[in-house]
Amino acid sequence: MKARPKNHVPHRITAAKVGRALWSIVRGVIIIGICFTILQPLFVKLSVSFMSERDLFDSGVKYIPKHFTLNNYRLALKGMDYWRSLLRTFLLSGGVALLQLCSCMLAAYGFARFRFPFKKLLFACVILMLIVPPQIIMLPLFMHFRFFDILGIIKAVKGGPISLLDSYWPFVIQAVTCTGFKNGLFIYMLRQFFKGMPRELEEAAFVDGCTKLKTFTKIIVPSSVPMMVTIFLFGFVWQWMDSFYTSLYLKGTMVIPVALDSLAASVYNEYSNYGGSMNFISPGYISMMNNTGTVLAMLPLIVLYIVCQRYFVEGIERSGIVG
Amino acid sequence: MKNKGYFKKANGKWRLSLLGREALAGIGFALPFLIGFFGLFLPMIVKSVSYSFSNMSVESTGYVLTRAEKNGLEHYIRALTIDPDFNRMLLQAIVDMFTKVPLVIIFSFFMANMLNQKFHGRAIARSILFLPVILTSGVVLGLESSDLLLTTLSPAEMSNTDFSTILNISALLLKYTDLPASAINFLASAVNGIYNIIIASGVQILIFLAGLQSISPSLYEASSMEGATAWENFWKITFPMISPLILVNSIYTIIDSFTSETNAIMKDIKDTIFGEVKYGLGSAMAWIYFICIGVILLIVGGIISRHVFYNDER
Repeated sequence: MKARPKNHVPHRITAAKVGRALWSIVRGVIIIGICFTILQPLFVKLSVSFMSERDLFDSGVKYIPKHFTLNNYRLALKGMDYWRSLLRTFLLSGGVALLQLCSCMLAAYGFARFRFPFKKLLFACVILMLIVPPQIIMLPLFMHFRFFDILGIIKAVKGGPISLLDSYWPFVIQAVTCTGFKNGLFIYMLRQFFKGMPRELEEAAFVDGCTKLKTFTKIIVPSSVPMMVTIFLFGFVWQWMDSFYTSLYLKGTMVIPVALDSLAASVYNEYSNYGGSMNFISPGYISMMNNTGTVLAMLPLIVLYIVCQRYFVEGIERSGIVG
Repeated sequence: MKNKGYFKKANGKWRLSLLGREALAGIGFALPFLIGFFGLFLPMIVKSVSYSFSNMSVESTGYVLTRAEKNGLEHYIRALTIDPDFNRMLLQAIVDMFTKVPLVIIFSFFMANMLNQKFHGRAIARSILFLPVILTSGVVLGLESSDLLLTTLSPAEMSNTDFSTILNISALLLKYTDLPASAINFLASAVNGIYNIIIASGVQILIFLAGLQSISPSLYEASSMEGATAWENFWKITFPMISPLILVNSIYTIIDSFTSETNAIMKDIKDTIFGEVKYGLGSAMAWIYFICIGVILLIVGGIISRHVFYNDER
């Protein structure tokens, strides 16, 4: 699609040109339409979060609030205990994403480069982990961490199993052992990526006397930064929004997904403490709180996405996930 | 490699051979996964099976399992024959999956092809299209689907309020074409559910796009040189080269559709376990569900992988 110098080639309207122009118009319309479909709910959330409740029942108001208010944000910030939840979730997601990035990279590199007995079978286990819905092991996991014990060691020291619920240990354990949320997918993606990397670099390093671990840290890790950012971002975001494991393990500790899930109820409780001007919790109000909370929960992610976006797209494109 | 053994004898002692050292390194790297799989994942699976065959009572120091009635099959029988909703929801989930998966695959394939072309604003379009991967996961999706206001304002619902137009078009199609009514209904539901399809196809678009970019441009050059049209190029080069990813994406989409948190049956299982405190029944339901998923995955995977073209057999 190089632009030709205008002086040399006379403009002639050919069927091919018309076709191409038509196609680019159609393509533009489709892409703009789809982008709109994706962005519209975000805009709705944003605009609803600035509305006061009577705007919701005003049929004249659709997107632009008539009674602009920041009251929703005040309530939601308080109801979610936002700043502290934010810090906690940030630490949790960041830590989990980092740990599972390390463990999944090691495992994926092992599967990509070395031959060892039962490798095919073990890789089938990775796929199995990917396809077993976490709901199946939800209850055993809960019980496992409720009555936690490793080979009877803790029982010997403490006199009984301990509960790891309401702490970050379940997340850490799952992240370090590649059994966290969608870690099978991460191993799979990273393995495909490592398989696509040229072997020559590693062989050269090996000949020069690097150990295998050193080759990994000095050669592989620096040259797979975009992919690492991608996996980190996936891990971070899915942990950030995940209500499955957080609601399973953390009952008393407020993190963003848990807080978001119970936001409407907690704001309602707040109100009824003040003497109950709201006797029932109206669906409009729930929706307003949910939207405000969602905007608050998403905001850090959007910032992160904008920062990492370039790496993200690049990493995905170079992953070369084939078959 | 001539030496097939993992050990060799040198100076009267058994040492690791080259192959043995490689195997050791591989196992060493994969160790986090191996520990996780055999230390955590597999025991959990086994426990989950044993829960489904037992009645459980929780005490302060642990829990006690007693064998359920009817040779332990009580919960399975209850879920399949007594529970009024389970069968219906199971069937509904399967039907939903079969209507949604082809649409998601076709849509994401189409979008990936489009995003792979060069045009102005491509970078922005890509960033926006990958946004659902980031933003519509986990708790947000659950809130969205339960939100009364948002559903009335969402594009899907808006097109429902303009249902007359779609109805008219489908009426016209029914009148003037020979398409069967079921096909037209399928199309109408596809148009109506476009928002759900778009937000479900983020990862799939990424995978297809990555695959498209790994096709060597020299293939296209050679075939264009021989006089092939773009249409022929698509069917003779792009499609076969991308076909392994159709398999990957189909399987991913099936799993995604079955395990999404908005799935009615998933909610029901969670409610049964934590709401009604029926551990055994919930586990049995989860296992019946998983076996259904497994069978469908095997069938679909078997059918598609027969038509997949692999460029280089490794």
